[in-house]
Amino acid sequence: MNRYERFVDQWLPIIWKAVLETFQMVGISLLFAVVIGIALGILVVLTRPGQALANKFVYQIINLIINIVRSVPFIILLFFILPFTKAIVDTTIGVRGAIVPLVVYTAPYIARLIESALLEVDAGVVEAYTAMGVKTRKIIWNVILREARPSIILGLTIATVSLIGATAMAGMVGAGGLGDLAYRFGYLRYEVDVMYATVFLLIVIVQIIQSFGNRLAAKLKKD
Amino acid sequence: MIKLEHVTKKFEVNKKTITAVNDVNIDVKKGEIHGVIGYSGAGKSTLIRCVNLLEKPTEGDIYINNQKITDLSPNNLRTVRTKIGMIFQGFNLLKTATVYDNIALPLKLLGFDKKEVKKRVEKYLKIVNLEDKANNYPAQLSGGQKQRVAIARALSQEPEVLLSDEATSALDPETTESILDLLLKINKEFGITILLITHEMNVIQKVCDYVYVLESGQIVEQGSTIDLFTSPQQPTTKKFLSTISQRNLSNSLIEQLNVTGSVTRLTFVGESTGKPALAEVSKLFNVTPNILTANIIELKNGVVGNIVIHLNGNSQDVNKALQYLEEQGVHTEQLRGEN
Ligand SMILES: Nc1ncnc2c1ncn2[C@@H]1O[C@H](COP(=O)(O)OP(=O)(O)OP(=O)(O)O)[C@@H](O)[C@H]1O
Ligand SMILES: [Mg+2]
Repeated sequence: MNRYERFVDQWLPIIWKAVLETFQMVGISLLFAVVIGIALGILVVLTRPGQALANKFVYQIINLIINIVRSVPFIILLFFILPFTKAIVDTTIGVRGAIVPLVVYTAPYIARLIESALLEVDAGVVEAYTAMGVKTRKIIWNVILREARPSIILGLTIATVSLIGATAMAGMVGAGGLGDLAYRFGYLRYEVDVMYATVFLLIVIVQIIQSFGNRLAAKLKKD
Repeated sequence: MIKLEHVTKKFEVNKKTITAVNDVNIDVKKGEIHGVIGYSGAGKSTLIRCVNLLEKPTEGDIYINNQKITDLSPNNLRTVRTKIGMIFQGFNLLKTATVYDNIALPLKLLGFDKKEVKKRVEKYLKIVNLEDKANNYPAQLSGGQKQRVAIARALSQEPEVLLSDEATSALDPETTESILDLLLKINKEFGITILLITHEMNVIQKVCDYVYVLESGQIVEQGSTIDLFTSPQQPTTKKFLSTISQRNLSNSLIEQLNVTGSVTRLTFVGESTGKPALAEVSKLFNVTPNILTANIIELKNGVVGNIVIHLNGNSQDVNKALQYLEEQGVHTEQLRGEN
C-alpha cells in the first residue's frame, strides 16, 4: 500500500462523516435563516419611512436587533447565547446545539442582503402596478421579490459561504464537521494530510456553491 | 371623464412647504385628449400622479367618470384604478419577464382567468404591433418597443382613461411620432380619454385637443390647441411655441436685413390659411410685402400658418393693408414698429 491508499483507507470514512455533518449543519441552519432572514428583510423594507407599511418604531427596532447581532463575532455569539440555545433545543452541544447560534448569526446577515436586493428594485415598476390597482401583498410577492430574485440568489450564495465558515467554528461545541476535523486532527494532532484534505474539500465546496449561485442569478437576470 | 377641482398638492421638506400643484382645474370630456405642458419642475408629474391618487392631493377633488375618487376606501380605489391606464417616461416594465408576461402578469394578479389573459395579451400585442416580440425580454427591445409594451399593458385592462407621464420624452423624434400615432389610434378606436403631460410642444401639436400651460404648479394659460397656437398670451406659452416654429425675428436679425418700416407677423388659421390674402393686399393697396420667414404648423384639429413680413409702403397704406388682413381673419402682430 502506498501513502495515498493508506490515507484513503484510514481517513475517508472520517472525512466523509465530517462532510455530511457540515452539509447537515449548513442545510438546516440555512433553511431557518433564510425563512427568518427573508421575513425580516421584507419587514425592514416595508416599514421604512415612505413605504407601504411605514412604521418608524418597528423599523428602528428591527434595525437595532440586526445591527447588534451583526456586530458580534460568531465565536463569541456561540457562547453568549448558550442559555437561549438551551431554552430552544434543550441542549448546547452537537449539531442541534450548533444550529441555533448558526441561525441567529446568519438570519440578520440574510435580512440585510435581502433588504439591499429589494431596495434595488425599480420604484417605478412598483408604482406602475399600484396604478393598475394590484394589491400591495401581490405586488410584494409577484413584482418586488420577482425582480429582486437575481440579487437575492447572489446574496444567499454569499450567506451560504459565510455560513460554511461559521460551521467550522461550531466544532467548538462538538458539532463536528470539516472545520472541527481540521482543527482536531490537523492542528491539535498535527496530521498535516488531514488538514490539507479538509481545506481542499472546503475550497471545492465553496467553489461549487459560488458558481452555482452565479449561474442561477445570471439565468434569472435578463438584462 | 377626468375632472380635477381645485387640486393642490403640498410637500413638507425640511420644515419648508413646497406647493408643487396649486389650485388646478382640469376637465377632460369623454374621448378627448388634453395635454399639460410645462418646464422641468413645474409640477407636471405631481399633477398627473394626483389623478390616480398615487399622490394624495392636499386639497381638492378628483372625479373619474363622474365618480368622486378622492374619498374612496382603499379597496374601492383599487377597483377604480383598474379602469385608469398609465404610461411612464421610464416604461416601468419587469426586467425579468418576457413581453408576454409583462402584459399577462397584471391581468393574472387582477384575477382574470387564463383564457381571458391569453386572449387579451394576444389582442393588444397585435394592436401595438409587437406579436413577434412576445418572447423577448425588455432588455432586447428598443425604447419605442418598450413603450409599446407598456401601452399594451395599460390597454389590456381596457381602461376608460389613459394617463401619460412624458411617455415620449425618452424617445427620438421618429419613435415619438410612432408612439403618438399609436395614442391617436387607441383614442379613436377605443374612445379612450387621454390626459398627458409633456415638455415638448410637438406632442401637444400632434395629439391634443386642449392644452394647459403649467408654471410653478399653476395653470397660467389654457385653451383649445388651435387658439393657443394662434394667439398665445403668456410668455411661457410663447416660448414653448417658439420651440417648434420661428415666430419672431431677433432685433439684430432685423437690423441686418436692413429693412425700414414695420415688421409684422401674420397668423393664418382655419379658413384664412386657404386664402391668398397677401397677394390681394399688394393688389388693393400701394404696398409690397416682403416675406422674411414663414412656416405652417399642422395641428390635430387644423392648421396654423405664420408669416413674418416686412410691408413696404407709406404708413397709411400699411395700416390699411393690415386692417384689411384682420378683416380677412388673419391675426396680425407688430414685431417692430416704424422707426
Ligand atoms: N415626493 C416629493 N417630496 C418633496 N418634493 C417633491 C416630491 N415630488 C415632487 N416634489 C417637488 O415638486 C416640484 C414639482 O416636481 P415634479 O416632479 O412634479 O415636476 P415635473 O414638472 O414633473 O418636472 P420634470 O419635467 O423634471 O419631470 C419640484 O419642486 C419637486 O422638487
Ligand atoms: Mg416629471
